[in-house]
Amino acid sequence: MSSYSAHFRVWRGDSEKGDLVDYQVEVNEGEVVLDIIHRLQQTQAGDLAVRWNCKAGKCGSCSAEINGRPRLMCMTRMSTFEEADVITVTPLRTFPVIRDLVTDVEFNYQKAREIPAFAPPAGVAPGEYRMQQVDVERSQEFRKCIECYLCQNTCHVVRDHEENKTAFAGPRYLMRIAELDMHPLDAADRKEAAQEEHGLGFCNITKCCTEVCPEHIKITDNALIPLKERVVDRKYDPVVWLGSKIFRRKTDA
Amino acid sequence: MTSVERHTYDVVVVGAGGAGLRAAIEARERGLRTAVICKSLFGKAHTVMAEGGIAASMGNVNSGDNWQVHFRDTMRGGKFLNHWRMAELHAKEAPDRVWELETWGALFDRTPDGRISQRNFGGHEYPRLAHVGDRTGLELIRTLQQKIVSLQQEDFAETGDYEARLKVFQECTVTRVLKEGDGAGAGGSVSAGGARVAGVFGYVRESGRLFVIDAPAVVLATGGIGKSFKVTSNSWEYTGDGHALALLAGAPLINMEFIQFHPTGMVWPPSVKGILVTESVRGDGGVLRNSEGKRFMFDYVPDVFKDQYATTEEEGDRWYTDADNNRRPPELLPRDEVARAINSEVKAGRGSPQGGVFLDVSTRMSPEEIIKRLPSMHHQFKELADVDITKEPMQVGPTCHYVMGGIEVDPDTAASKVPGLFAAGECSGGMHGSNRLGGNSLSDLLVFGLRAGLGAVEYLNGLGASVPTVAEADVTAARDRAMLPFRNEGGENPYTVHLELQQTMNDLVGIIRKGDEMELALKKLEDFATRTKQVAVEGHREFNPGWHLALDLRNMLLVSLCVAKAALERTESRGGHTRDDYPVMDSDWRHVLLVLSAEGEGSVRLERQEQLAMRPDLLDLFDMDELKKYYTGEELGGHRSGAGAGEGGTA
Repeated sequence: MSSYSAHFRVWRGDSEKGDLVDYQVEVNEGEVVLDIIHRLQQTQAGDLAVRWNCKAGKCGSCSAEINGRPRLMCMTRMSTFEEADVITVTPLRTFPVIRDLVTDVEFNYQKAREIPAFAPPAGVAPGEYRMQQVDVERSQEFRKCIECYLCQNTCHVVRDHEENKTAFAGPRYLMRIAELDMHPLDAADRKEAAQEEHGLGFCNITKCCTEVCPEHIKITDNALIPLKERVVDRKYDPVVWLGSKIFRRKTDA
Repeated sequence: MTSVERHTYDVVVVGAGGAGLRAAIEARERGLRTAVICKSLFGKAHTVMAEGGIAASMGNVNSGDNWQVHFRDTMRGGKFLNHWRMAELHAKEAPDRVWELETWGALFDRTPDGRISQRNFGGHEYPRLAHVGDRTGLELIRTLQQKIVSLQQEDFAETGDYEARLKVFQECTVTRVLKEGDGAGAGGSVSAGGARVAGVFGYVRESGRLFVIDAPAVVLATGGIGKSFKVTSNSWEYTGDGHALALLAGAPLINMEFIQFHPTGMVWPPSVKGILVTESVRGDGGVLRNSEGKRFMFDYVPDVFKDQYATTEEEGDRWYTDADNNRRPPELLPRDEVARAINSEVKAGRGSPQGGVFLDVSTRMSPEEIIKRLPSMHHQFKELADVDITKEPMQVGPTCHYVMGGIEVDPDTAASKVPGLFAAGECSGGMHGSNRLGGNSLSDLLVFGLRAGLGAVEYLNGLGASVPTVAEADVTAARDRAMLPFRNEGGENPYTVHLELQQTMNDLVGIIRKGDEMELALKKLEDFATRTKQVAVEGHREFNPGWHLALDLRNMLLVSLCVAKAALERTESRGGHTRDDYPVMDSDWRHVLLVLSAEGEGSVRLERQEQLAMRPDLLDLFDMDELKKYYTGEELGGHRSGAGAGEGGTA
């Protein structure tokens, strides 16, 4: 493939107003969308705002919507498009725009703070932790998350429903609860809070989050559904129910 | 007049990678109100890119390992130019720093008996790197990030404010360390030596607002300088900020001639040239071949390492299953050796079609094993280069990866020469000598991050009531300098200047250096000194990448000057400094440090300084025959190994 000129439409603007702007820009062999955005910065639009860091799919900074699909710009190869295609790049829709392709992702940092941290087991000294590989692997899958927020952006619970944002942590942070719940040595019980405080019940397992995850984490199948099952076990198991009544009476007394 | 926001903290940590976050955790846990400033979003720092693992002699896989062995490997890797005290502290404390991460929720890969698994890596005698597949840096940054959040949750429970004692200022850049009144001004000039730190000046990327944080202690943890080079594994953040901030605050740098070119970066496609291919590929059995199919590394084992590396492919292969009775394959030599070898093969016309050499792991492991052990490499090559590493070899070549040089610090407290200014991680110098071993970076971040946080605490305890206050003239000068690119009407495009600077450093002060080329580079850098001040930006201050780059150029220029000047001065080859015109390692240079200070924004001064002689009990950890390869006879003549090789020292 030799170089060619591509037709890009990039959203330019700020929190108040903005529009798609057309550019003709050079594309070379092996390039990704982020390369093209950089070329625009270097040659036609020095102040085009975009977040990026590692350019290798490891940091999760360059999230955007490319022809309407939530993607990492650094991992979207130009060879996946035809030369005649118009390529439209817009900011993540679920979060407020700051400028151009940069959005305010503070929502995610707030949600992160609301999930109680890892609770270390009592009486186990540093260096004495013993866990089997097979037992850590479940949580390790979720710790592959690069916090690109594509799942948070895609989830229909909040994508067009600003009003749900308070009560719903989003797939990334529900997965964080599942990760801690499946950690072999975590000492906290997280099931009730997942349902009552972090909005697990909002999720109706449409798997949109899993579809956009650039790390191919099976968010729905491996984190959210098992977490829902654990919550249900807790809620409807008659023995657990009885136990919780007895326990409550004791503490109330 | 542009307004400047004002905040007050006990300590400001500049940088939110491994070192910065570990420093901030320590400072906060010991009661200081702490601000962390990060150039990117919280959790995106360059530490995330570290792949292979974190070196710590826990001895989980081979019980023969201990801190002394790790110390020896580190000194050998750095060709004995390391500050031995840093290498000692690092080797001793790394295991505790790793175990501590587990108590904060980190999930490392496990051994069959449930302990933290450890893998082989170049230059490490035993399997030593704790790891999570090939995404160890992500685990480290996420664990520290989540520890910070947990401290904020504690503060919230107590005060109702998550940020009462520990606040992360995201997407902010510091452009000056401010000091108490010394009459020097902070525009382009260098602060006087004796004055104490009083705060930092910076801007918010999002809004373009300017700010000052008044604080008597500042920890620099800004990482490296790779963005001064064209082919690099480093992200845009690596513009030498901490190096430059220290220089301008009057704190000198050391060892700036030593830059690690990682042997294996991607070479194709052009847009990802330089992106890292983890050393774990070789640690797990990957072999390097040239276009003739030859495992060429056997031809490149240097004399100083002859006893420790296999001489035949058969022995090298046996080592993977029987490490006690065989020597390791030369693919696992320290990075400087492997990078030079690849460079030579390509130069001799035995390179791969895309200008690198072949790195093949498909013949050693099953596809399932490769995907399990090297998942992100598999993903990266598949997505970016259309190469399936379970079936075919990768093509790789050297890429600018790490700077060994940095701010000269006291090993125990991480204090720079400026009172109140501390440094940890890649932006500090000394720990790795002339070349860093893989895996020693993540452990360095934690060991010296903690020590820098502690150093700041102790410094503040000693200050008492005499808290320095920022010289207001310096704030004005810093503000004017930050706004300069908007006043430079008709000036050059910062992107153009940056690309040319990178090309210059890559071509003239790169992996193989020559005296005349570096003289030419210094001449060009003089021009850049004018150009970086004259760049102009369009638009306004809100999230304007052109403006950010225009300001970063000052830092890249300063570190480039340091690298070029020191590299020209050192007339030998050692570690990450290879001279075509002085190809041999020279013992007379081993004990010489090149110290750089700024004379302004566009010029640096170089002086020589004697390296502190190693404590005798540490020297005793090595065979005299090995020391003779590095030390002059005169140096060793005075050393008679009488004392036992015990611990000793003050640690």
